[in-house]
Amino acid sequence: MTADTRADADRLVAAARAGQDEQAQADPVLDVRDLTVSYIGPDGGTVACRDVSFQLGRGEVLGIAGESGSGKSTLITALTRLQRPPATTTAGSIVFHPAGRPGIDLVPLGARALRKLRWTSMSIVLQSAMDALNPVMRLGDQFADVLRTHNRGMDRAAARTRTTELLGMVGISADRARSFPHEMSGGMRQRATIALALACSPQLVVMDEPTTAVDVVMQRQILAQVLRLRRELGFAVIIVTHDLSLLLEVADRIAIMYAGRIVEIGSARALYRSPAHPYTRGLRDSFPPLHAPLTTLHGIPGTPPDLRRLPSGCPFHPRCPVAVDACSTTPPPLVSLPEQAAECLLLTNEEAS
Amino acid sequence: MPSSLWSNPKVRFGLVVVAFFTLLAVLGPWLTASVLGLDPRANDISAIASPPSAEHWLGTTQFGQDVLAQLVAGARGSMFVGVLAALIGTALAIVFGVTAGYFGGTVDNVLNFVTNLFMVMPVLPLIFIVSGYLRGTGLWMIAVIIGVFGWAGGARTLRAQTLSVRNRDFVLGMRMLGESHPRLIAVEVLPHLVGWIASMFLGALIGGILAEAGLAFLGISDSGAISWGSMIQAAQSQSAVLRGLWWWFVPPGLCIALIGTAAAMINFGVDELANPKLRAGTRRVVRRTRRVERAVAAAEGGAA
Amino acid sequence: MSTAPVLSAVDVTKHFVVRGAVGDSAVVRAVENASVDLHAGRIVAVVGESGSGKTTLARMLARFYDPTAGEIRLDGVSVSGRPTRAYHQDVQLIFQDPFGSLNPVHRVRHNLDRALRIHDRRMSAAERRRRAVELLERVSLTPGEDFLDKFPHELSGGQRQRVVIARALAVGPKVLLGDEPISMLDVSIRLEMLNLLDRLRREDGLALLYITHDIASARYVCDDVIVMYAGEMVEGGPKDEVIARPAHPYTKLLVESSPDPDRVGTVSRDELFDDAEALGEPPSLIEPPEGCRFHPRCPFAMERCRSEAPPRTDVGGGHWARCWLHQEGRAHEIGESTFAAALTRRDEQVRA
Repeated sequence: MTADTRADADRLVAAARAGQDEQAQADPVLDVRDLTVSYIGPDGGTVACRDVSFQLGRGEVLGIAGESGSGKSTLITALTRLQRPPATTTAGSIVFHPAGRPGIDLVPLGARALRKLRWTSMSIVLQSAMDALNPVMRLGDQFADVLRTHNRGMDRAAARTRTTELLGMVGISADRARSFPHEMSGGMRQRATIALALACSPQLVVMDEPTTAVDVVMQRQILAQVLRLRRELGFAVIIVTHDLSLLLEVADRIAIMYAGRIVEIGSARALYRSPAHPYTRGLRDSFPPLHAPLTTLHGIPGTPPDLRRLPSGCPFHPRCPVAVDACSTTPPPLVSLPEQAAECLLLTNEEAS
Repeated sequence: MPSSLWSNPKVRFGLVVVAFFTLLAVLGPWLTASVLGLDPRANDISAIASPPSAEHWLGTTQFGQDVLAQLVAGARGSMFVGVLAALIGTALAIVFGVTAGYFGGTVDNVLNFVTNLFMVMPVLPLIFIVSGYLRGTGLWMIAVIIGVFGWAGGARTLRAQTLSVRNRDFVLGMRMLGESHPRLIAVEVLPHLVGWIASMFLGALIGGILAEAGLAFLGISDSGAISWGSMIQAAQSQSAVLRGLWWWFVPPGLCIALIGTAAAMINFGVDELANPKLRAGTRRVVRRTRRVERAVAAAEGGAA
Repeated sequence: MSTAPVLSAVDVTKHFVVRGAVGDSAVVRAVENASVDLHAGRIVAVVGESGSGKTTLARMLARFYDPTAGEIRLDGVSVSGRPTRAYHQDVQLIFQDPFGSLNPVHRVRHNLDRALRIHDRRMSAAERRRRAVELLERVSLTPGEDFLDKFPHELSGGQRQRVVIARALAVGPKVLLGDEPISMLDVSIRLEMLNLLDRLRREDGLALLYITHDIASARYVCDDVIVMYAGEMVEGGPKDEVIARPAHPYTKLLVESSPDPDRVGTVSRDELFDDAEALGEPPSLIEPPEGCRFHPRCPFAMERCRSEAPPRTDVGGGHWARCWLHQEGRAHEIGESTFAAALTRRDEQVRA
């Protein structure tokens, strides 16, 4: 074995270790390390998001799945720096890498600097389009507002042209620019917010439950649009949702959150075919099949834990069907597998035996 | 909820003030009579319109009456009118508002019509007419008049709130079990209106006190009864302001202002509790969070 | 299926009149000529998007409102007028939102106690307590004693929904109507809720109506599926027949749009989502399209579809659909390609 191939092999192993594809490692657009977010109450803090680390490659689609109280919404508001008291980031870094420029840590950044980055570098699509659109402003005016705030030199006519172009990208005809949000259907509103998010050509679009409020057919149309635009414009996407079955189809990689931690992260394929964490397995088996023969499924017994009173050891052990005694005392380490990484004690035992 | 109500400083302030005046109204006249030996109606000819002194802590009126004794006796008069007017007004508001909101349809149309009628009625002239017609109006009658003419706004609020509660799933669910309408209103709907009713009661209390003061000022009151309003009216009629007899009219005015502020404080506090968005934004939470942020930044700076 | 239905809707229609700000009014045609039979020990699922009329149908069956036309029959007897206590002793509805259907100011005990008391005035307090514990354990809240004195906010969403089901069971109903009973629950506990419904059907012989937008969960728990579109029932039949071999283009669209992780790895993502951008939206119910309400979105639409409402066609084995393709002998076209592909092909033809 020559030194070259050996180095190559090492690099591949290292890439695999972290459970992510090479592209994400080589040229990440977002690099999150040990992010911890707490809610500060009168008697101390409740950690809603603990030691979260992941990298997002340029143009990659990362899905974050979790149930209520898993910390996925907390993570999103921390990533986009939209968090408000009592939530606060107590540790970790969120390094954003604009193309061809040095990385910026978003955590210590002030409000002014963040405002500059929003829309132009990173934008957000919220669950309810009604929260993102101003109900008393015509659609076109809202687009013009965003465009001209971030590009002072743009005149009205140019803004109008760009608005038409943006609406066209999501299949909304130009005459709709004169409509008020309430005059449009839910699906059309959500597509308009996506177009609005893309107005200043961001490199990262964060979507918080973007299709929960719309029906399955509209959901598919919106996601198809997002995927095509991503292909054409090259932005990376983070989609947060409770619907793992949808993420499996849409995302390149998926992170599964439980009790504030990423308990497993890996390629969509690996997570579906061979989930390493018992919670991932349980979650996958919580979706009855559409065509395959039916068997009785049980989901996951019990209920998600209260973040204020987390179980000791592995937070999942009270609900885990394969837990051993050690699970209630030892916090599980992150174990890297070829296509994924998971936090489970059983994986270390398997490796050892 | 009660404990968190008490922990809110605004509510605490308001409750203490309201409780103080209530106690004053109940026990005050007895205290001033037996402990200080004062009679609000007694005329001390040796001290006419004298400023505060050791003998008359708050001074005396033009008629040589002790202002402190009058103030305490006035608290009873004013609070009596306020409470009675608020009780009557709130009860009418509940009957009209909740019934209209809960049943809807024709019942709503009829009750809402009556409510609107009372809303647009010119209350002040009406009170003049009624009190003129009834002659010799005591505090009792004043309270009843204020209550009967002052419930319409509250009824509208309660109607709107009831409308939103009665269509909630838990009311439908209990109705589906076969629960009767009176029970649904009393057991399922009313508990959700308690906050509104309480704040309405406080509002009506203040309204009643102010209305009584206003009416007394305009000369419609029982000339024999003592209330804060009648004190101010007496002071006004003797040109106390022009003559600089501030100790005569300032204390009752302050009392009215103070109890008004207290009721407003309680309402603000209840609002904050009922609306978590207001609470999350309170300065306390922000301060607490910023403190942690600074600590984290300092620790990192120290480490680096 | 030979037994008579416990509860049925016969050709029910519901129009709502909505009044505008300036005194104008419009008629929302929420449900048109819908029929459904619920049999003891069977689960019928009604699947559709929001605005398809499925919730209105459930609420008519629960007698929250009267149908504009058609009738509701309980044990074969037509019911109308004010809903009576006796009706609700037989028919109970489970709401979608477990957070809204329990009064936050009352303990679990209050809910069960009232239900038991209303339906049997002679029952003693001790007896009611015993029954309440039994009911809680019936819905797997064990030990039941521990849950009696809890307030709703002390329970998780799944536990609340179980309390709601226990409360409905307290009156001893024959029919349970579930209006999206699991859609607001955490994913990991949905299946246990469906298993509970299945148990009630098997062990207690309840007749169930399961309203959902999630076709996979409908397939998991029900016997028969009915698909609704824009207020009309477009297809129905045994679940596997309907889902595996849709006889109506809309059903096909719905099935193909539902997430199906089994496709992961077998088809590329681009293939999965290509052509899926312009599948259209349901119409306004104030001015629904003439003829077949699906025709503006349908790749197979013919002249006839635009003017005449299609009749119900039986395609065998209890499977039926309302689509002109069956009358015109073009039914095979539905299964030949995906909906999206058919749509693309039609657009190309139109352009050419």
